[in-house]
Amino acid sequence: MNLIFSIVVVLLLILVPLIGVGVLGLTSLFSIYIPYLAFSIFFFGLIYRIIDWARSPQPFKIPTTCGQQKSLPWIKHSRLESPASSWEVYLRMFFEVFLFRSLFRNLRADFDGKRLIYGSAKWLWLGAILFHVSFLIILLRHLRFFVYPVPEWIKILDFVDSFFQIGLPPIYLTDLLILAGLTFLFLRRLIDPKVNYLTHASDYFPLLLIIGIATTGVLMRLFFKPDIYAIKELAHGLATFNPTLPKGKISLLFYIHFFLVCTLAAYFPFSKLVHMVGVFFSPTRNMANDNRMRRHVNPWDYPVKYTTYCEWQEKFRDVMEEAGIPIDEDWCKEAQKQA
Amino acid sequence: MSKLPKPDELLKDLNLHKTPSKHWMDIKPDFRPGTYCYAVEPQVMEDLGRPHLGKWQPHDEKWPLPEDWKERILKAIRDRMERYRSFRLFMDICVRCGACADKCHYFLGTGDPKNMPVLRAELIRSIIKGEFSFFGKLFGRFAGARPLTEEVIKEWYYYFYQCTECRRCSVFCPYGIDTAEVTIIMREVLHELGIAIDWAMKPVRFSHFIGNHIGLQPHTIKENIEFLLGDIAEITGLNIEVPINKKGAEILFVTPSADFFADPGIYTFMGYVLLFHHIGLDYTISTYASEGGNFGFFNSMELAKKLHAKIYEEAKRLKVKWILGGECGHMWRVWHQYHNTWFGPVDFLEVPKSPITGTVFEHAKDNKIVHICEFTADLIAHGKLKLDPSRNDHIIVTFHDSCNTSRAMGIFEEPRFILKHVCNNFVEMPENTIREKTFCCGSGSGLNTDEYMEIRMRGGFPRANAVQYVHNKYGVNTVACICAIDRAVLPTLMNYWVPGVEIAGVHELVGNALVMEGEKERTTDLRYRPLLGKEEEV
Amino acid sequence: MYNTGKVIVGIIVFIIFFTIPFWLNLGKVKALPKPELPKDETKCVEDTDYMRAYHMQLLHEWRTRKIRKMQVYYMNHEGKLYIMSLQRTCMKCHTSKEKFCDRCHQVVVTHPDCWRCHIAPEEVKK
Repeated sequence: MNLIFSIVVVLLLILVPLIGVGVLGLTSLFSIYIPYLAFSIFFFGLIYRIIDWARSPQPFKIPTTCGQQKSLPWIKHSRLESPASSWEVYLRMFFEVFLFRSLFRNLRADFDGKRLIYGSAKWLWLGAILFHVSFLIILLRHLRFFVYPVPEWIKILDFVDSFFQIGLPPIYLTDLLILAGLTFLFLRRLIDPKVNYLTHASDYFPLLLIIGIATTGVLMRLFFKPDIYAIKELAHGLATFNPTLPKGKISLLFYIHFFLVCTLAAYFPFSKLVHMVGVFFSPTRNMANDNRMRRHVNPWDYPVKYTTYCEWQEKFRDVMEEAGIPIDEDWCKEAQKQA
Repeated sequence: MSKLPKPDELLKDLNLHKTPSKHWMDIKPDFRPGTYCYAVEPQVMEDLGRPHLGKWQPHDEKWPLPEDWKERILKAIRDRMERYRSFRLFMDICVRCGACADKCHYFLGTGDPKNMPVLRAELIRSIIKGEFSFFGKLFGRFAGARPLTEEVIKEWYYYFYQCTECRRCSVFCPYGIDTAEVTIIMREVLHELGIAIDWAMKPVRFSHFIGNHIGLQPHTIKENIEFLLGDIAEITGLNIEVPINKKGAEILFVTPSADFFADPGIYTFMGYVLLFHHIGLDYTISTYASEGGNFGFFNSMELAKKLHAKIYEEAKRLKVKWILGGECGHMWRVWHQYHNTWFGPVDFLEVPKSPITGTVFEHAKDNKIVHICEFTADLIAHGKLKLDPSRNDHIIVTFHDSCNTSRAMGIFEEPRFILKHVCNNFVEMPENTIREKTFCCGSGSGLNTDEYMEIRMRGGFPRANAVQYVHNKYGVNTVACICAIDRAVLPTLMNYWVPGVEIAGVHELVGNALVMEGEKERTTDLRYRPLLGKEEEV
Repeated sequence: MYNTGKVIVGIIVFIIFFTIPFWLNLGKVKALPKPELPKDETKCVEDTDYMRAYHMQLLHEWRTRKIRKMQVYYMNHEGKLYIMSLQRTCMKCHTSKEKFCDRCHQVVVTHPDCWRCHIAPEEVKK
């Protein structure tokens, strides 16, 4: 049901530019207005989300410690898993954000007869890293459409990515890898009963959307080639805030690709995809395990009423005297004076 | 109370790969005896000035919720979102990758999908989407959103009191989403209506008014200690005194109150006393701040702060230099991660320095509290203890890392270092069940009550199963731990799953091994069990 | 606590990252260079739209047919015959590699391998 809903939505989204450009000829709407609108939503939406999180304080220092704390000097402390200084935290965050270290730990629990056993399960990590790294490289590679003159590093990136000279123009390695990663992540949601059970339509949807984007991109590269000079004119115009409709004819397939990208951008700040930014905020990862070394201040901390020593002593005076436990009058006099 | 099935039958129908045919939003919690804790008695809440629902029980068809329950809940949630970045963030960024799914001991023991950490958080995430978000309302279930109903409150009660805040899932989450944080906050939210469990609240009342969870009055504490000192005298021939409320002592020693009184915590306490006597430590215990543990933490942050404020007033009053903490799990989570924020700056104490070795505990320089294992490990490393590990030769030990000290503090090496010096037979459990990947005892966070036995045995199963493995393979007969709740609940768990395995605090084994000046030749350990080779003499 | 400083740095990094294309374009030429089209010829081998998108495929096909199958002529969609030759057919109208081929290819960053074997007309003159 969730899956069908998501498929229908993505198909409808594909229909929109097909009708909009193909039938109604609203070229400028789909190549200028919608992209600007979508990326404004992405840009301001994401900044809004960041500020929204930042408005709530992190009241307590709650790192999840996955390694030995820094304590006695002769005990080796785990800098990465139980960071005690800022740069150790940065290191932990680097591994977390760019290499998905926590996911790399993943295990699979299962019964072997009556015994619970735990096997390594790095497939999820592999699928995730394939998808995310490829996505990043593809994104950077696309700069060749938005920038002129194209900097050398983008050219090199592009050249290296198309290193295997298969197809004309040669297929990008990252295109294959992202599709492999996406397919794995998608199939996992269908096949693993646990993951399938907890999947919402809003989990299928972005996956399918990105699969749609990648597929249309690959189709354009390999089979239904558009006039990329015209696309560059359009993209460069958009990036320099000097949007113009190119004279060359741009294929419908491009408009589908572009519209899906715009949808993704506009959808981004309101969905789980904000994990891209949110991961940097995660208090269990970005805080140092130095609680007893450096005090963390809670801005909304307030005093609480507790049973003071004197109240307590009054209550138990008799039994204390009988048991020979010392009574402290001075402290209570002092406390009374202060009150 | 329900009858607990036999171990062979308990997990008969468990299948981790089968999910219900119904959507989880359509499944209501089944308040079956043995799977939920009793509701709090209204008087307890009354005494503490908290709201309550009067007399009711979770299995009641209709809960006596106040008329404005919905507004109050929503307000409480909004309030927590404004005060906790963690909560707001965790509600937003989960991608439901499922990496956490089979990491929860309750999921592994029940197979209930709502015990997958992701779905546990989804129980509240869906409400935030369904009540606060425009798109959530528009797309409903497709976006994972649903409206807040009375059924949801029941579900929260069932599942947020079926999480021990152990943080194992947060180790594996790629975004570090911490279900413990969600559970802590959701219990607080339920508290706003006066919904709480009796077992976790009664100790709070005791601790608040009397000073410790079990309600030991000052003279009873003293009597209990004297009783234990009598045992020590019998076993070692030494007459030792324990300073109580001694002004001007160098160190205030605070430990969970169960150590004064409950088997097997008392043996750990005897270990502490022997150790302090051995090194001639100038310390005191307090009958006012007589609780290191903090059941308030299992109910609300405010209650937690209320209970532990005593420790600092007492340290001030007694004019000690620093505070030493005994073996306890959640106590150390609170001490390590919360105390400094609540009670700091602690400028009336001095930076902790071991009077025996001269070691300055730099890592505790701001909060001035030191863990007993850090203290003892330092003593051993400096050769200040005379130890005879062969006195523990009658036991084969494994070490159970407690959730809180592992994942909210990171104390892994100190207790192991101590164990390796005080006993000759130490083996580790399988690597994926120890250290940061350790399994909960299944009864933490205030759920160690008898009416909850079925879930406790299910939740403790992964831990017990790992013990079973080393029990069969190496003949392990003792699980050492540094947590009072472990000491209270693991004996029951072991009795059920792995009979023949005992639970001991690390310092009980230290106490066994310490060669005291002027002691008579020991023939038994602190539990009056004959030492290896001394069976005849006993 | 709020970590305001770090959040602001984070937002700035995000803004910079998002606007990379803008920064890379800043102060550079506004207009993209246009390839110089032949002055006295208006029709290419196939129609313009096709040529703009698929010329690489056409050239690839020519190469294969000529070298592997020893064919000489290509018939376009209108039935007109062309000799399959980069230098003798294409470059007859598009006389300059620099002013025609390179202008586009540099703009969109593609790596044609024609010139691994062929010698550009400009080079010949030198």
